[in-house]
Amino acid sequence: MKYQYIINQLPYSEPFLFVDEVLSVSEDNILGTYTFKKDLIFYEGHFKDNPVTPGVILTECMAQIGLVCLGIFLLKDETSSEKINLALSSTEIDFYCPVFPGEKVKVVSIKEYFRFNKLKCKVKMLNAKDEIIAKGTISGMIVNRDLK
Amino acid sequence: MTSEEIYSKLEPIIKTYLPEDVSAKEVNRKSDLTRELNINSAHLVDIVLDIEDVFNIEFKNEDMERLRNVNDAISLIQQKTSA
Repeated sequence: MKYQYIINQLPYSEPFLFVDEVLSVSEDNILGTYTFKKDLIFYEGHFKDNPVTPGVILTECMAQIGLVCLGIFLLKDETSSEKINLALSSTEIDFYCPVFPGEKVKVVSIKEYFRFNKLKCKVKMLNAKDEIIAKGTISGMIVNRDLK
Repeated sequence: MTSEEIYSKLEPIIKTYLPEDVSAKEVNRKSDLTRELNINSAHLVDIVLDIEDVFNIEFKNEDMERLRNVNDAISLIQQKTSA
């Protein structure tokens, strides 16, 4: 797997890790994937007898790949062993089609700016047919300390 | 630029990012941006980026640390526009 070092730096673990791979990353953009395993816990209740991935989880996946993974890359020279925390500050996402259990999605994020520790990106999620599942802007503040 | 001229351009920028529970009437030159006007750190960055565009100047990290209230913003802008 490429760019494993980015994934190792992520502050998430199961059952709230929504990144499988980072396929490419640069100062300006990132591309990553995630497969929504069929046994994820929330499918039991969203919805009753009709499992569909919740929009908040799609947003979380877009933020983990598009914002947090990119943020780790952008800060790679500044942080050594310190874990990066990112506080989500704003999301504005439109949804276009549902994601069912077992689907693999691709997340593409393009940096708008990264200044004064605020990272703002345009983020898109695509399905296996390259149809747009969701798109919008997400921003967060990077804080190199525990969020308490 | 006089501080009045700066304030007249700065005030609408700040008002754009006020949370709903803070009235625009509460904005004055002594207002503490985060403590009194309740602007969060992410929107404080937005305000600075808008100031950079409107006044055609650039803020540095250490300027951010000096930015507490509206008067701080005015003096930073004054310094940078006259430099």
